[in-house]
Amino acid sequence: MTSRPRIGVYICHCGTNIAATVDVEAVTEFAQTLPGVVVARQYTYMCSEPGQALIKEDGRKLGLDRVVVASCSPRMHEPTFRAASQEGGVNPYRFEMANIREQCSWVHQDRGEATEKAKALVAAAVAKAIRLEPLEEREVGVTPGVVVIGGGVAGLVAALDVANAGFPAYIVEKSDHLGGRVAELNRTFPELEPVSEWLPALIERVQAHPNITLFLKAQVVGVEGYVGSFEVAVTGSRGTGEQGSREQGGAHVLSVGAIIVATGYNVFDPHAKPEFGYGRYPQVITTLEMERRLAEGDLAVDGRVPQEVVFIKCVGSRDVRLGHSYCSRVCCQVSGKQAQLVRQLLPESRVTVFYIDVRAFGKRGEEFYDEARRAGVRYRRGNVSEIYRRGDRVVLRVEDTLLRKTVEQEADLVVLAVGMEPREDVDDVAALLKLPRSADGFFLEAHPKLRPVDTAVDGVFLAGCCQGPKDIPDTVAQAKAAAASALIPLLRGTVPIISETAVVDSDLCAGCGMCVEVCPFDAPALDPLWGVSRVNAVLCKGCGACAVTCPSKAIRVQHFTPDQILAQVDALVE
Amino acid sequence: METTDFEPKIVAFLCNWCTYTGADLAGTSRIQYPPNVRIIRLMCSGSVDPTYVLKALLDGADGVLIGGCHPGDCHYQSGNYKARRRIIALKEILKQSGLEEDRVWLRWISASEGQRFADTVTQMTEFLKEKGPNPMRREWAV
Repeated sequence: MTSRPRIGVYICHCGTNIAATVDVEAVTEFAQTLPGVVVARQYTYMCSEPGQALIKEDGRKLGLDRVVVASCSPRMHEPTFRAASQEGGVNPYRFEMANIREQCSWVHQDRGEATEKAKALVAAAVAKAIRLEPLEEREVGVTPGVVVIGGGVAGLVAALDVANAGFPAYIVEKSDHLGGRVAELNRTFPELEPVSEWLPALIERVQAHPNITLFLKAQVVGVEGYVGSFEVAVTGSRGTGEQGSREQGGAHVLSVGAIIVATGYNVFDPHAKPEFGYGRYPQVITTLEMERRLAEGDLAVDGRVPQEVVFIKCVGSRDVRLGHSYCSRVCCQVSGKQAQLVRQLLPESRVTVFYIDVRAFGKRGEEFYDEARRAGVRYRRGNVSEIYRRGDRVVLRVEDTLLRKTVEQEADLVVLAVGMEPREDVDDVAALLKLPRSADGFFLEAHPKLRPVDTAVDGVFLAGCCQGPKDIPDTVAQAKAAAASALIPLLRGTVPIISETAVVDSDLCAGCGMCVEVCPFDAPALDPLWGVSRVNAVLCKGCGACAVTCPSKAIRVQHFTPDQILAQVDALVE
Repeated sequence: METTDFEPKIVAFLCNWCTYTGADLAGTSRIQYPPNVRIIRLMCSGSVDPTYVLKALLDGADGVLIGGCHPGDCHYQSGNYKARRRIIALKEILKQSGLEEDRVWLRWISASEGQRFADTVTQMTEFLKEKGPNPMRREWAV
């Protein structure tokens, strides 16, 4: 260290989120006594414009060379404050954060104890900051192109947007056709327009697009690399065996900058609810099977035109016993749509919908529900416990939850409004891309509010029902969002990569090669001329496995060096 | 449990991707736990050098918690397996040296397990309260 550090420390109240539990005044006074601290301030919201301005102004006026902010988690606002530090003339890697909200004020109640802990966390952050080295922001080039996994509506729309922006898009579809689940539908809600009016045209535009390459009966079998430079291995999978698809020979390797996952969903299989008799009674069918019958205009069961048609909602959804506690979001409107179409087709029929709740959200949703009731569809709140046969008909045993009594309802046709569930191959896709999943089994977005199409893996985005049940407009919106997000690195041409990489001190390196063996990313390699290890900073992910393994302690990960960490330990234990 | 004035100090080395995020989730969920734990964020549990653990114990920490992703979930493929091997070896060495290896805990806590993180800290605090202050500090002070 050439000169004495000049550190600015900023303690955030976060409104009352921190200040209600932590004595911010006391922490600020304490921070002023720490070595290297030139200024310590407190502010209501450090992440606000005036809060950030404090850092920028102090940085310039006081000639700060390091900044510490004690506020929320670095996973929340580290980028914000790094940028503010940089504007204040401080290297962004000479910024350190003390997490006194998530890991202090929100989890403790005793003001004295929380304040003492906050002081210790600030002291540790300052101790680390003293030892932080300036690092350079680094960027690498981006391979133009996007792989879209899945050729349903989400995949088609996303690929089309990418292609229209002038970049190659590769659609990898497991089946032999495009259009996904929507291709199995007849008419959509709430317009009651046939799918055939727009889906074939969408598919044709995709097929005809010069920037789009299609892989049908194909599967992604390998993904390597990182945002900006992914290598995606794609192979045809004509059988069900996966061994064959791992063969090297048949695989195409696609080089792209981003990946959009649009793998869709499975339809709930009502065999898992044997009390409904699906598969046993020809009168009991699913909404998906009903789509086909409505398309053909033939609802007859064993040659008999039905007079009593019953819909049962939430089949496979909102069912804790099945592990599906979520709502599938479309079944209310799908059954409302089909019920209306039955009334149109068979005006003499009686149509009853058994529901737990009616969720008619979204644009024109409530109006559509009203239209169904005006069309003569009877909505009755009740849980169907059992279906059994009586002559040519079936009988539903229903607990009417408004009348609080058990009733019987005869039916000629029972339609189960089946929900959505994660695909059977969701584990394989998750493993290939290292994608986390939420408790419902669908892929997990990076942030529930602010990053709904991003994932934990940079450069991998989600579109459609693979992220959770949704209707077609939501799917298209998400697909367009995923395409727009995937286009950001492609249009910039570069992506930032981590600066906190491993570096080798050649004087200490004995050339044993243990770092080469231990690195999962092939970042270190022995220099054939000098016999010492060199780290390829583009490949290095900064995990630090090499640094711990090195017997000579010749490797250190910048920003997480032993002297920085040991200084934190000292400060925390004091 | 008997009442005691002794408040153990726990230093926690948490991986950025799973356990640190799990600790954040405990915060956003407002799950309360004892303030005895002090967290150091590392990128991976596989980067926890045994010297960090020893240093913490010799400095006077009463316990050291290492938190990483569940086996198979490592952001860097295999860092947590490396951590497991290393910590097992470290604990063996501590035991052989007559030191209390049960002051070192390695736990897999994912980003969605805020409750598990809070429970772990609570259990560890109670365990160390029962166990008493770390004697290593006095014995090894120079």
